[in-house]
Amino acid sequence: MLSPLTLAELTARLAAGECSAVEITRACLDHIRRHDGALHAFLHVDEADALAQAAAADAARRAGVTPAEKPLLGLPVATKDNIAVRGQPLTCASRILEGFISPYDATVITRLRAAGAVVLGRLNLDEFAMGSSTENSAFGPTRNPWDLTRIPGGSSGGSAAAVAAGEVPAALGSDTGGSVRQPAAHCGVVGLKPTYGRVSRYGLVAYASSLDQIGCLTRTVRDAALLLGVLAGHDPRDATSVPEPVPDYLAALDAPLQGLRLGLPREYRIPGLHPEVAAAFEAAVATLRGLGAETVDISLPHTPQALAAYYIIAPAEASTNLARFDGIRYGLRVEGADPLEMYERTRGRGFGPEVKRRILMGTFVLSAGYYDAYYLRAQKVRTLIRRDFLRAFEQVDAILTPTTPGPAFRLGEKLDDPLQMYLEDIFTLSCNLAGLCGLSVPCGFTRSPRLPVGLQLLGRPFGEATLLRLAHAYEQATPWYRETPPPPPPAAP
Amino acid sequence: MSAPQPDIRAVARLARLELTKEEAARYGAQLADLLRYVEQLREVDVTGVEPTAHALPRVNVTRPDVVEPSLPLEEVLRNAPARSQDLFRVPKIIE
Repeated sequence: MLSPLTLAELTARLAAGECSAVEITRACLDHIRRHDGALHAFLHVDEADALAQAAAADAARRAGVTPAEKPLLGLPVATKDNIAVRGQPLTCASRILEGFISPYDATVITRLRAAGAVVLGRLNLDEFAMGSSTENSAFGPTRNPWDLTRIPGGSSGGSAAAVAAGEVPAALGSDTGGSVRQPAAHCGVVGLKPTYGRVSRYGLVAYASSLDQIGCLTRTVRDAALLLGVLAGHDPRDATSVPEPVPDYLAALDAPLQGLRLGLPREYRIPGLHPEVAAAFEAAVATLRGLGAETVDISLPHTPQALAAYYIIAPAEASTNLARFDGIRYGLRVEGADPLEMYERTRGRGFGPEVKRRILMGTFVLSAGYYDAYYLRAQKVRTLIRRDFLRAFEQVDAILTPTTPGPAFRLGEKLDDPLQMYLEDIFTLSCNLAGLCGLSVPCGFTRSPRLPVGLQLLGRPFGEATLLRLAHAYEQATPWYRETPPPPPPAAP
Repeated sequence: MSAPQPDIRAVARLARLELTKEEAARYGAQLADLLRYVEQLREVDVTGVEPTAHALPRVNVTRPDVVEPSLPLEEVLRNAPARSQDLFRVPKIIE
């Protein structure tokens, strides 16, 4: 069985000559063909293209290329369908981009290719990454591999489900308010959102440009460290990427936790917190204490206002970013009597409900007479939220919270109540507003039904090495990362 | 001050978004709910606080002005809803 293995395990098998890259890719493709009918994690898979990349990796290996030179040589990595891969479809799970073929590679894809990876398949998401359940996909929802009646989280729900189900060892996602960490928690995998500016956004379809960041979903923390080392770094094509040196994330992984101080923010102990999530979180804190870390109570006083600030800032940026979908240069065009009618019809038919809601909200808060009261005020509250965190990081090395207030909910449960859906991200979105890095690592299960729970670690800007070290020590001391969901029923022939 | 009642038709016009009657009613009510929820930001004292547009303020990022190859014309135009030779075809704008 090659399909539920980690990147590190697959590299070892390749090095030992126990399998080839083509065999690994073929195992993933077989698994997808057999099980993705039930999960619907993938929107598109180009088998021939993946196998050609794998064959090239095998040829490179035979020619003497080593993992030291190309750390992902022959390893499949799948991509959320809002990141451009040249020659492949890019839909953002939206009708407005149906049929679009990317004319170039995103920088993260260029980096994956340079590291030898096999770039395999396009993963489902909430339309334009707006949502927390992957139900907002125009092409149908993805299901949680632990319970097919439940959502996998979102917006990177396809990425989390595919990794959890063993369809691929790793996937890229994007995180604007929790869209990598929240689905990782609901599917029982590791989700890393690097610091804003750490990874280039060139080739990521913009949702909220001051919050968006590409991240990765993996089965282990070690794999996240390996992948971040490949993805991170300055890119002249993204003016917001930062020329900060990229540390050796793998080398820092095994350092002991003695001397590290962890903050427990009192504002995250909310009444709506699921008791079994709270219990798993408390147990995780105790484990980290047992591993030598120290914990201190801290306060992040502006936490209660973060959701409101987010749902002004993110829609405001979305409404301007999505103005480019006008039926002129690419995507859907619905003709009208004049250009204005063409724009309105194209956008009216092309966008789904949640995208429309956010465009309307964003347009309103930016409109004349309301800009200062809403958008400008939200940006000032954002400053206060950021200050809270920077002050806390003067005393602690990382902050611990549950990733989500509850386990994965049922499909359809929150679809008609946008505000209830937005509350899903209450623990994750401050990280994006403040420009921090964050990581979710599996920390147990609820009892009945048995659903994964995630522990969130938040770190200083560019403090990924510390987060990975903490999460790795925790993961290796607990049994959760070895758990895999039951195989989904095979697709009907 | 209480939350304003947004004129959903006016907002949709600004956003160049065609809405059905049913959508206008539903999104209008949901927008009003959301605006009531964000009213809580008024309770925060923001006197003298500078707004944050980007968490990592990098200003005036420049690079050498070097000519690089553009995207291949054929691959770009492949995605055009309508084209005419090497051009995007658009509706008539001036009578």
